Amino acid sequence: MAEPLDDYIDAVSKALALPIEEAWRPAVRANLEVSLRLGRLVDEFALPDETEPAPIFTA
Amino acid sequence: MSAKPETASEIASAVAGRKMSALAATEAALARIERHDNILNSFTDVTAERARAKARAIDADIAAGGKVGPLAGVPFAVKNLFDVAGLSTRAGSKINRDLAPARRDATLIERMEAAGAVLVGALNMGEYAYDFTGENIHDGPSRNPHDTTRMSGGSSGGSGSAVGGALVPIALGSDTNGSIRVPSSFCGIFGLKPTYGRLSRARSFPFVASLDHLGPFARSVADLALAYDAMQGPDADDGACTTRGPEPVAPLLDVSISGLRVAIAGGHFQKNVFPEAVEAVSRVAKALGATQVVDVPEASRARAAAYVITTTEGASLHLDRLRKRPNDFDPAVRDRLIAGAMVPAPLVDRAQKFRRWYRAQLAEIFRSVDVLLAPATPCTAPKLGQVNFNLDGVELPVRANIGIHTQPISFIGLPVVAVPVPLEPLPIGVQIICAPWREDIALRVAHALERMGVVAAPVPRGF
Repeated sequence: MAEPLDDYIDAVSKALALPIEEAWRPAVRANLEVSLRLGRLVDEFALPDETEPAPIFTA
Repeated sequence: MSAKPETASEIASAVAGRKMSALAATEAALARIERHDNILNSFTDVTAERARAKARAIDADIAAGGKVGPLAGVPFAVKNLFDVAGLSTRAGSKINRDLAPARRDATLIERMEAAGAVLVGALNMGEYAYDFTGENIHDGPSRNPHDTTRMSGGSSGGSGSAVGGALVPIALGSDTNGSIRVPSSFCGIFGLKPTYGRLSRARSFPFVASLDHLGPFARSVADLALAYDAMQGPDADDGACTTRGPEPVAPLLDVSISGLRVAIAGGHFQKNVFPEAVEAVSRVAKALGATQVVDVPEASRARAAAYVITTTEGASLHLDRLRKRPNDFDPAVRDRLIAGAMVPAPLVDRAQKFRRWYRAQLAEIFRSVDVLLAPATPCTAPKLGQVNFNLDGVELPVRANIGIHTQPISFIGLPVVAVPVPLEPLPIGVQIICAPWREDIALRVAHALERMGVVAAPVPRGF
């Protein structure tokens, strides 16, 4: 049975021309789940619109 | 030739005083590598002929009455992501072995050698520095000198192993999320992760540009400071390197630390820790008279943001290699990097914005505190290959949890000295964390702790 992230993995794999063999898929999916879970922690932290990112470009 | 593993300070002093030749110091190190590295597996390249030539040149200089550098005749080695002229910079990988040999040494090697140090080789590391274990699928694991069935810690595992086993008094490594502090903790030695931008990264193989730091390992604070001082200063070849001039610390090590405000990092830094880590922080805090616990706001989220930036910047760095040579990666590294390439961009942008917010919170804390104490690792060195550990009845993955206390600190580039608390049967490190550009305070505190006998890096039995 396809896992919920599989369609997403297939789409990004295609968009980036990044090959993923079937044998790697479970580990890629598990790692992506961790990254997205930690990413959600960042996502849910509200910051003012004016917040600058840490690296600031200097002309 | 002495069999006793001297410190860098002792070697430099003996060479400057003509009590020992640089060549003898070099031969002693090469002999120790020959004797012990078949077990430790810390070196991937031994540059014996280069080292002998350099040592002879130093001895000739001294004989001719030339100026003696502060590291005269001191053998050192570097994580194999530093460019060493004549070697391919493998960065722990199979793929990079196909690169043309480096034509010029990394800036930090040049500066160490300008101070009289002698490069004796390149050191094992986790593939492309995406590692906390010191294991390497291509070169085999570097081993912990306190127990060779255990991890050296990563990703600068060979650096920890070589200094811990006293094969060399000084090694250089890199720290993106903890890769100097973790091996220091597991191998029971001192490590300095300076302020982001303090030491040049020119001609070293990168991992995460906005988080990468380079720094030294040693078995004494004086040695750490000697190496650090020799490597400071601006470098136009690293776009992130400071324009500040050198601020030498070695002459300041004995300045009193009384009056410094020391606090224990609370919250995140007191969770998910084994009793050994609690004991180590407690010993250091007691010695420094520190009782105040300061909560570092949102440190868990900082760790998450560091993870997101690492996995995405790392994926971006390796994207073409992932396309062309995926089967030549360590599969565990490859699968993490591929997943990193799939993280939506807004999360990365938000992580970098959160980073600025978090930096401001720590700046506020450092208005009323000079030093924060935190564990360097949640545990002593796990067994090689160990997948999980059990903490308070809960099974947790080892790899994902080794760096939980280092990541929120390097995330905003704060300087840290990892100091070794010599617990039995295995040592463990504590982070001495200071405000940006205050390596001097961290090193002075580490030196005071060393003089009190609270922290030390004794040579393990059998070495």
